[in-house]
Amino acid sequence: MSTTYLEAIREGLWEEMERDANVFLIGEDIGEYGGAFKVTAGFFERFGARRVVDTPISESAIVGAAIGAALMGLRPVAEMQFADFISCGFDQIVNFAAKCRYRWNAGVPMVVRAPSGGGVHGGPFHSQNPEMWFVRIPGLKVVAPATAYDAKGLIKSAIRDNDPVLFFEHKALYRRIKEDLPTGEYTVPIGKAKVVREGTDVTIVTYGAMLWVALEAAATLAEEDASVEVVDLRTLLPLDRETVCESVKKTSKVLLLHEDTRTGGLAGELAASITESVFEYLDAPIVRVTAPDTPIPYSPPLEDAFLPNAEKVVEKARWLFRY
Amino acid sequence: MSAAELAHKCLYYMSLMREVEDRIERKLYRQGKIVGGVYVGRGQEAIPVGTALAAEPDDVLFPSHRDMAVFLIRGVTPGRILAQYMGRAGGVTGGRDANMHMGDLSLNIVSIISALAATVPVAAGAALALRYQGRNGVVFSYFGEGSTSRGDWHEGVNFATVQKLPVVFICNNNQYAYSTPLSLQMACANVADRGPAYNMPAEIVDGNDVLAVYEATRRAAAHARAGSGPYLLECKTFRMTGHSAHDAAHYVPKDLFEDWGKLDPITRFEARMLAEGWGGQAEIDELRATVHREVDEGVAWAEQSPYPDPATLLDGVYEAQ
Repeated sequence: MSTTYLEAIREGLWEEMERDANVFLIGEDIGEYGGAFKVTAGFFERFGARRVVDTPISESAIVGAAIGAALMGLRPVAEMQFADFISCGFDQIVNFAAKCRYRWNAGVPMVVRAPSGGGVHGGPFHSQNPEMWFVRIPGLKVVAPATAYDAKGLIKSAIRDNDPVLFFEHKALYRRIKEDLPTGEYTVPIGKAKVVREGTDVTIVTYGAMLWVALEAAATLAEEDASVEVVDLRTLLPLDRETVCESVKKTSKVLLLHEDTRTGGLAGELAASITESVFEYLDAPIVRVTAPDTPIPYSPPLEDAFLPNAEKVVEKARWLFRY
Repeated sequence: MSAAELAHKCLYYMSLMREVEDRIERKLYRQGKIVGGVYVGRGQEAIPVGTALAAEPDDVLFPSHRDMAVFLIRGVTPGRILAQYMGRAGGVTGGRDANMHMGDLSLNIVSIISALAATVPVAAGAALALRYQGRNGVVFSYFGEGSTSRGDWHEGVNFATVQKLPVVFICNNNQYAYSTPLSLQMACANVADRGPAYNMPAEIVDGNDVLAVYEATRRAAAHARAGSGPYLLECKTFRMTGHSAHDAAHYVPKDLFEDWGKLDPITRFEARMLAEGWGGQAEIDELRATVHREVDEGVAWAEQSPYPDPATLLDGVYEAQ
């Protein structure tokens, strides 16, 4: 039976709560209501108010309480109702959680789930991709799964990790993608990218919902005899530069794709890493396809213009292929 | 513990904190042996001493930067504290952080961060964990009145009261947030006035009377331990220094320093000890000599502690694999 991306996250959470009595959930409307997106539907009935903690609208309190509980030996999974609201808990994440181990050798085994991303007509405050606010904070780990398989495997790894992990789950994928998952127990390692499609002419490096855009573009270009390799980063911090550079060595041309805005986006860091490590292998300039440097707009024609899509990727990749 | 034993401990830890901080601020800092910012709790010693002596071993403490005695009472030596200030490998954080920014989970002490009010929601979470784990501990969350202006203070207090968590909120109201006086910090007269908005008992305590702080803490902790929810103690005191060592506090009216100087918690308590017969002058003199000697030894220990090896710079950002 196929499992959606949302169900995969739910299964991962459920299995970890069954496995480890120290795992608990904390967030807004996650109890009886089951969460804004119903990721935690049924958890309150199974695990009760002790392990499914409904909070006031208080992101700083949610993250702070998760940190305090983690320091005492629990494994909290905090939910931001939308990733956009994570800014309200920013200080707790970047100044408290991220620095505890380095400062005084105290691990913070906390997960913050953050439903992110556009394509759902959510407007400027329900569609953002705030991952890069955190990717530059040493001490945090940041994951952004693109498939149901990885979503389940990574949420389980995140819960078991002894450092704070931000889990960016893409809202547009929740019910849009599904696949058959293994019946047995599995996890996906944090910090490992994956070559999702093999190719020889151009590499597309991406993550999150843009994986599906990259695969669509690769299929189109295959009809033009361009062989595209697609690398899904899966984890953004720590970044698996090796897998990216190995792919670039093979294809010598690289397109960096993300839904996040352009300036300060991950593509810049990837481009610098590629030129530092495998410059001699490059046969063409590094190309970026990203959202423009604007807030994410609401109205469908504006949002469509904002978001990268297969058409935009094909155009740039074709140019790269012919370069 | 007899009244005399308790009194002896109170005086010992207040005097030890005063002496360690005097060496730090008036000697080592001026000699250039301590760099960066130095913050002390001169005049406020009764608060960390009275509260931490009332704590049970299972209680989890979040001392602020003016609560050094919490560490001393939990067994951290003056040498390790002085090495912490001097950025030495023997300091509690091994040179990773400065001054009171340190913690040790084996002692049930959690490190604050600079934006002090951020520790309040974390304290609530620690209390949630204690209840979750069926432990009988209470969390002591320390801050100044300045922290109570912050949104995260209110978020943490609100969450703790909604959940009826075992937390004692301990405010040292020293009347200045850096240079900002109370009148520019809050429109109510007391921090304790904030308690009723959260349906939380709040008590005003003479923060320069160590036994008053001790007794109030026992009441507050018993309330929290019984499952009745958080309790706020507002300990009225005065910051007898600038915000930090570089700040001469010209903005503080001189008569305030003079008036509060007469209420110094250590000289006051020495007089009380003599009056109550808990100790004689000879004992007090001996205690002072002991404190001096211990701090001398601590300074010597810290000065021989090496600086951290720059080769360790990258270690410990994440758990070692």
